[in-house]
Amino acid sequence: MSTRAIGDVILDLQNISLRFGGVKALTDISFDVREHEIRAIIGPNGAGKSSMLNVINGVYRPQEGNIVFRGEKRHNMEPHKAAEAGFARTFQNIALFKGMSVLDNLMTGRNLKMRSNFLLQALWWGPARREELEHRRKVEEVIDFLEIEHIRKTPVGRLPYGLQKRVELGRALAAEPSILLLDEPMAGMNVEEKQDMCRFILDVNDQFGTTIILIEHDMGVVMDISDRVVVLDYGRKIGDGAPDEVKNNPDVIAAYLGTQH
Amino acid sequence: MFYREAGQFKSSYAADQQIFPIRQDRIGIAAILIAAFVAVPLFGNEYWFVAILIPFLIFALAALGLNILTGYAGQLSLGAAAFMAVGAYAAYNFQLRVDGIPILVSFICAGLTAAAVGIVFGLPSLRIKGFYLAVATLAAQFFIVWCLTKFPWLSNNSSSGVISAQRIIIFGHEFESAREKYLLVLCIVVLMAMMAKNMARSSIGRAWMAVRDMDVAAEVVGIRLMHTKLLAFAVSSFYCGVAGALYAFCYLGSVEPDGFSLDLSFKILFMIIVGGVGTILGSFLGAAFILLLPIFLNVTLPWIAELLHLPINGATVSHIETMVFGALIMFFLIIEPHGLARLWQIGKEKLRLWPFPH
Repeated sequence: MSTRAIGDVILDLQNISLRFGGVKALTDISFDVREHEIRAIIGPNGAGKSSMLNVINGVYRPQEGNIVFRGEKRHNMEPHKAAEAGFARTFQNIALFKGMSVLDNLMTGRNLKMRSNFLLQALWWGPARREELEHRRKVEEVIDFLEIEHIRKTPVGRLPYGLQKRVELGRALAAEPSILLLDEPMAGMNVEEKQDMCRFILDVNDQFGTTIILIEHDMGVVMDISDRVVVLDYGRKIGDGAPDEVKNNPDVIAAYLGTQH
Repeated sequence: MFYREAGQFKSSYAADQQIFPIRQDRIGIAAILIAAFVAVPLFGNEYWFVAILIPFLIFALAALGLNILTGYAGQLSLGAAAFMAVGAYAAYNFQLRVDGIPILVSFICAGLTAAAVGIVFGLPSLRIKGFYLAVATLAAQFFIVWCLTKFPWLSNNSSSGVISAQRIIIFGHEFESAREKYLLVLCIVVLMAMMAKNMARSSIGRAWMAVRDMDVAAEVVGIRLMHTKLLAFAVSSFYCGVAGALYAFCYLGSVEPDGFSLDLSFKILFMIIVGGVGTILGSFLGAAFILLLPIFLNVTLPWIAELLHLPINGATVSHIETMVFGALIMFFLIIEPHGLARLWQIGKEKLRLWPFPH
């Protein structure tokens, strides 16, 4: 574990409920996230973990509840406002821009920070050109960090699965987020790829102080890298706390292994 | 062997991000430009300019416009011809009604008018996509042609909406001959193609492609879908509008609303499908294929028939022409659904290695 200091609560989710018609995806869920920590969300399939992430960065609007981010209370986020506020995320089934190169995907992660208008861009004129170069430099730092130099010009559709996952992390990192939402970053990977991914996640957290909210099914990974864990089941929160507490929580054990009736 | 970047080291991001990073590309483009600006005007004849080169350039520009919208931003549209019509009629009206307006300014205004109309008809794209959007853009196609026929003011009260383009005078010089018109069209097309290339490789182009490839992810990285899609409609319509103005002023001379029918929209759509969706080069290749192949067949078929001592007449030629044309389109789409531009790209990748296996 790194030595970074965990700060105050940066994101507080209060009584979030989300329904799709009659289906209750999330029911009255509250938890908080502290600055610089790695916060894991776990739970069986269909527990509402991805819905939770989608609420956090505004893809879904909850029917009830509030989101307090850096002391500012709001009912729901909006995706581009969340991005402006410093949220970045990866998706469960890779959501890269398939037709674009790795470099372009990462540059797109920085689009929000680019200010020149499209006329200047069409002429490749002064500020637009300087801006491209400046952001290219930042993106190259991310490329170095994730060790994907050799594939920077490759269209992402041609890359193997593990690398695509890494590129997607890169696109999120390119935005220099303050909160990084990772939806199953290690799903479908082999042991070495998982180790690499864990190393990157810990390094991001350690070097840049990025707060990380992580959904993951690999319990070994979750217990090793996260500071605190939220457990969801059928859209309800059934456990919250340090990995060891959660591991011994009878409700959690029941949700994962079933109970004797 | 011929085409490889070995030995071309980039020592700065600026060098790596220039418009044509590979030397062979730069030489190729320079050669084409020199040929187009110097050799062709020197040696070309009237027939070549009027029947082949001018329409090729104008349709390439329209295809480029549609490619920005459909190829880059992923919004399927069947209204390209309608936006060309807006451009043609707007340029005519600006020339007619604004005293002393330079022709180039009225071309730009024509583009802007088309862009404004494009934004209006792009609004449905905020809610629907794919084939449904294509059907919604049909509204533009029919509504605009109807408007131009219905409101005589737009065609200065001419019968059935026919307009005759005014003379083209730039800085006191009248562009009258086909050669001069060719050069004018060439300048505009080269400039706008370069601008399209620049947009495609900067943040606006990436935003368009992001929306095309995965709109949810695009929204999550902070791209505003509404703004991005409408800008794609505006820029695309601007290109189509300028192409339409050139179509009226430099190619046909007089146009009528029915000339900008759905057929023409389809023709432009076929150009980008055959040429390559989402590439600048593809717009040119597609326009060349769709326009030049019929002419080529028209010339070669009687010649082949004569060689084989077969009886042939004009009607047979045009029937065979249509059949061969259709068959060739299918053939190309089966061997390479991503269009001629992809074939060119694959060829380049092969040439990088040739004659070595890997």
